[in-house]
Amino acid sequence: MRRRVCSFVLMGAGIAAVAFMGGASRSSVAKAGQPPAANVAVKIDNFSFGPATVTVPAGTTVTWTNRDDIPHTVVSDDKVFKSKVMDTDEKFSFTFAKPGTYTYFCSVHPKMTGKVVVQ
Amino acid sequence: MTKRVKDEIVHDHNHDGIDRRGFLKCMAWAGTGALCVMQGGVLKSYSLSRLSDLKGPGAAAGELSFVQISDSHMGFNKPANTDVAGTLKAAVDKINGLSGAPEFLLHTGDISHLSKPEEFDAVDQILKGTGKEVFFVPGEHDVLNDDGAQFRERYAKSAKGAGWYSFDKKGVHFIGLVNVMNLKAGGLGSLGHEQLEWMEDDVKHLKHSTPIVVFAHIPLWSVYPEWGWGTDDSAQALAYLKKFGSVTVLNGHIHQTMQKVEGNVTFHTACSTAFPQPQPGKADSPGPMKVPAEQLRSVLGITDVNYVQGQHALAVVDSSLA
Repeated sequence: MRRRVCSFVLMGAGIAAVAFMGGASRSSVAKAGQPPAANVAVKIDNFSFGPATVTVPAGTTVTWTNRDDIPHTVVSDDKVFKSKVMDTDEKFSFTFAKPGTYTYFCSVHPKMTGKVVVQ
Repeated sequence: MTKRVKDEIVHDHNHDGIDRRGFLKCMAWAGTGALCVMQGGVLKSYSLSRLSDLKGPGAAAGELSFVQISDSHMGFNKPANTDVAGTLKAAVDKINGLSGAPEFLLHTGDISHLSKPEEFDAVDQILKGTGKEVFFVPGEHDVLNDDGAQFRERYAKSAKGAGWYSFDKKGVHFIGLVNVMNLKAGGLGSLGHEQLEWMEDDVKHLKHSTPIVVFAHIPLWSVYPEWGWGTDDSAQALAYLKKFGSVTVLNGHIHQTMQKVEGNVTFHTACSTAFPQPQPGKADSPGPMKVPAEQLRSVLGITDVNYVQGQHALAVVDSSLA
């Protein structure tokens, strides 16, 4: 029963296809020896990141896709990650191993900002 | 005559150089072109279609004539313009057809779309068709992935820092600035401390009567900060130019013509040769604007600038590619 509640919470956070193998609690899901292949998508549309803030468990891979006609980048404020320039439909992924709050922006259009909260 | 008066900004009502009515008129210029003559700090502007109304010498000719082009975005191939090489060639034809031959070209950045060598090569090849010297400053699209190393190697070998420099032509002092590097999250264009120090030193010994032309990619005035159309530390740069009687600031980046006067400074942005962008706040984002194919060339263009010695006047003429 508890497992089901857990899965609900995570689905609500936008994580697709999370499988729970033997995890008895929420914390064990995030820290399991063989973590589920968690992926979160952030889309770049109209010079903005959507969603602008994502909250994910540690180990999650976030993938940004540029859907604009103009190239963008994804660069964390403290240089933890930095994409190459992404032209239309190009992607960049980063796996967040450590908990923390990662603010980022597009270095080409710095008014574009976003945040990844890793729990 | 009354019609012509409608297109003039003759007063700076609230000292920001632009009132709402004037602002809207500026916007209406996009695609039609305008001739601007600055006299005693007042900018008079005329629609290109009424150039014949201008009387006397000095309005369309002068001691120094040059052309500003901007935002070629070579490599862009989306629906807003699938032939940016073709429209750049049209700009070259327009330049070659100008009656008073310009002495040189300024390119105010976004030469390339993705900083690819072949994109720069293509622009260089097309601009050779003018037979003119070209002075470049980088746009953000020219410094992707390599912090501008390629740009400096190609266009600014003897420049300082990220590629800033100055030069003199017939008594006019030109300053090329870089405001697309080291941009900070949430911020606008940035000149940075080192460049500002250099600039202060660069103009220190110039006579107050020296006409100054500053050119940089992102506007050095606050056009629309919500879309990043401004430069965080431009006020400091402009402060160094306060002592001069005539300062003209030429920018690109926003893919439309816009002008304002603030004290001794006339600001002007140029059309792109590649694709138009929406008016500030008139779309969800500043992305490329698709216009009907038959209208595209009317919203792209070049800027022809004439300096008339002794009159402190720079005439700025925008021509569409149509």
